Amino acid sequence: MASGVKPRVKAPKSAAAGETVTLKTLISHNMESGQRKDGNGNVIPRSIINRFTCEFNGKSVIDVTMHPAISTNPYFEFEATVPEAGEFKFTWYDDDGDVYEDVKPVSIG
Amino acid sequence: MKLKALTAIVALMAAPAVMAGGADDDTLVINGEIEMVTKTAAAPHLDGALDEVISGWHFREDDTQVMQMDDFDNPGMIAVDFATDAWNTAEGTEGKSCADCHGTPEDSMTGVKAVYPKWNDEAGEVRTIGTQINACRTERMGAEPLKLNSGEIAAMEALISVQSRGMPVNVAIDGPAAETWEKGKEIYYTRFGQLELSCANCHEQNYGNYIRADHLSQGQINAFPAYRLKDAGLVTAQNRFRGCVRDTRAETFDLGSPEFIALELYVASRGNGLSVEGPSVRN
Amino acid sequence: MELTRRNALAMGLGAAAMTVLPFRVHAATDDAIAAFTGGAVIAEGGVTLDAPEIAENGNTVPVSVSAEGASAILVLAAGNPTPGVAEFHFGELAGSSSASTRIRLAGTQDVVAIAKLADGSFARASKTVKVTIGGCGG
Repeated sequence: MASGVKPRVKAPKSAAAGETVTLKTLISHNMESGQRKDGNGNVIPRSIINRFTCEFNGKSVIDVTMHPAISTNPYFEFEATVPEAGEFKFTWYDDDGDVYEDVKPVSIG
Repeated sequence: MKLKALTAIVALMAAPAVMAGGADDDTLVINGEIEMVTKTAAAPHLDGALDEVISGWHFREDDTQVMQMDDFDNPGMIAVDFATDAWNTAEGTEGKSCADCHGTPEDSMTGVKAVYPKWNDEAGEVRTIGTQINACRTERMGAEPLKLNSGEIAAMEALISVQSRGMPVNVAIDGPAAETWEKGKEIYYTRFGQLELSCANCHEQNYGNYIRADHLSQGQINAFPAYRLKDAGLVTAQNRFRGCVRDTRAETFDLGSPEFIALELYVASRGNGLSVEGPSVRN
Repeated sequence: MELTRRNALAMGLGAAAMTVLPFRVHAATDDAIAAFTGGAVIAEGGVTLDAPEIAENGNTVPVSVSAEGASAILVLAAGNPTPGVAEFHFGELAGSSSASTRIRLAGTQDVVAIAKLADGSFARASKTVKVTIGGCGG
């Protein structure tokens, strides 16, 4: 699933220092569970994103271990505290070794 | 007296059940901006078969409804992102992209979904958005047509639809389209398959009732393509038709067949007055 | 063993227990919980789990978890082929110990959330989610 993976992130462009903001992320991915069979009765091998992290200026906001029960096109909503200007870094780790990243800068104001 | 009392009890018991399966009274506003008409008076050409036309959105549970109310929460919008890339990508022997002829989707596609399927004078046939996309690809771009059941064509239809969200469906049924429309109407009322069910049996006569644990809607297609939670992907109206006809245990028509094009025109026209919603979220 | 009325009854009860047990004690779920808690006692309450009472489709069920001050929350679907769903670890810049996601449920079952609270103790919440079957055979 290295092709056709596209992360989407919704984050505010600015915040007050110390403000708590809501973040939403969605990434296009089949999240093949390893439970399904193809037309010939063979098990389709598992291929999922198994970890998602969000950091702000290198400090952890959330770190999620993901299992095959997470739906196709994984979606997360959570909150972060913005202590200063900087940037959010979002990272998704695929079973196949691929890593997808997105970055959102936040200004204080 | 006794009978009357019994009838009253039965009525009381039946009322909540009917309401539970029926359309709710929620209001659909997308991104807090785009107000949708999800219930309106039925068009005259429905001949009183329905008093009111109702978007399928009203027949869904709150959790499913909410997913459509914000473009970030709507997984169908991923497809719009992909289609935007495809729109700007040159393909075929002419080396042209959609953008080379049509500019931005915002400029050229606003209002298009509201009036499709539509008679095409040059071609002398009714075209759906799907067949029109493929005509563009083969005739103008020199590219291969997309498969009508592919994710690519559903995504492109979603990108085109999103430009018209909130505009009323206004499909023309007269003039040269009339013959195709009549054919679609005939199919709508024809019983198919071993279960001998017509579209009307479920979606006109029994909308608001349960079919097993599911709520039957009016089968409106103003909100297609729809992101179906079941498929975790976008589904076009004809794709849904095929599923319905298959479930009557019939041999289905092919996507893009004259029968399904006629049916798409007819069913779209039943939703005249409802807002274009696609891409929507359904179960 | 002589087949008497009493023995037959006992055998019946044993068989019934064997049938019921796999549902009551899902070994994989217990293992996942033990791995998370290290076998510590788990209190009821102190963690909130929001999930629909009825999910229209088991493929995409919205769930939210929240536990004030928790450093981590484990979410399990006890009735899935494998119970693991997600493990949320909240970092120093987490705005709250809460998160929402969308999950797959193989059928009607209990969803379980276990939180590791600020004082190191564990709290649990569970919710039954009914997964409906589509109108026309799926």
